[in-house]
Amino acid sequence: MLAINWFKYSAPSTFYGAAGKMIPWFAASSVLLFILGLYLGFFVAPSDVQQSEAYRIMFIHVPVSILSMFIYLIMAGYAALGLIFNTRLSAMMANALAPTGALFAFLSLWTGALWGKPMWGAWWVWDARLTSELILLFLYLGFIALHASIDDPRRADRASALLAIIGSVNVPIIYFSVQWWNTLHQGATIKLTGTTMHVAMQQSLLVMFLACWLYVITMALLRVRSIILERERNNQWVMELTEMKP
Amino acid sequence: MNWSEFFSMKGYGLYVWGSYGMVMLVFIIEIAMVRHRRTLIVRRLRQMRDAAPNV
Repeated sequence: MLAINWFKYSAPSTFYGAAGKMIPWFAASSVLLFILGLYLGFFVAPSDVQQSEAYRIMFIHVPVSILSMFIYLIMAGYAALGLIFNTRLSAMMANALAPTGALFAFLSLWTGALWGKPMWGAWWVWDARLTSELILLFLYLGFIALHASIDDPRRADRASALLAIIGSVNVPIIYFSVQWWNTLHQGATIKLTGTTMHVAMQQSLLVMFLACWLYVITMALLRVRSIILERERNNQWVMELTEMKP
Repeated sequence: MNWSEFFSMKGYGLYVWGSYGMVMLVFIIEIAMVRHRRTLIVRRLRQMRDAAPNV
């Protein structure tokens, strides 16, 4: 019976090696998909009837925004795992995701503002969707700051995990904000039942989303390897790593 | 479609390239920061090893 001992991979030392092998593949495929996505987005997808070329910001604004929410849920999930099972690697993954998540929340607001200015005439409005995304950014920054402010890593993990879990109530609020309140931001264009978008636009959006997602994975794996080294520095296996050889 | 037309994005160039440019800038900065963090910890570990080689 193929019994995969998943817990083998939850040991930081094993995961360190496995992540090291995976990173180049994630990084290379992310770059390739970005090239394809940008080509599709700028040269294949037609211009929009109303917004002409400005709508092309969609190909980066939508993936970045979806991922800013998605990363937060994954971060809160890892934080919860770390809290429940006391697995150090889960807490490390939560810390590895937080900075990238915060950057994506910022990029969501930035690209949204640059799209909103020509289309709505304003860089910023206190709209339900925009305001809840701003709160998401503060939650990310709060998570990072709280964790950094506590010396003992294990206690820092527990405290920041609570913040992450409590803060995750904000993600559905962002998602449903366009339905619950009368928002300037448009409603959900991509629904499970499909979308009314032009097929070339859909393809560009999907490719750009995958490219961004692979970028996030690459960054998280790179950062978690550093976190593992920092936290496991007194362990023998770290010293025996090839990188440590003179 | 020649290049100047392409970059003008029919007048929306500032907004389109302002968006994509910021994303590229943020990615470059993040990659640099992650790599820097790694060099710091590797250097520190080497110093630890040199300080107590027979650990």
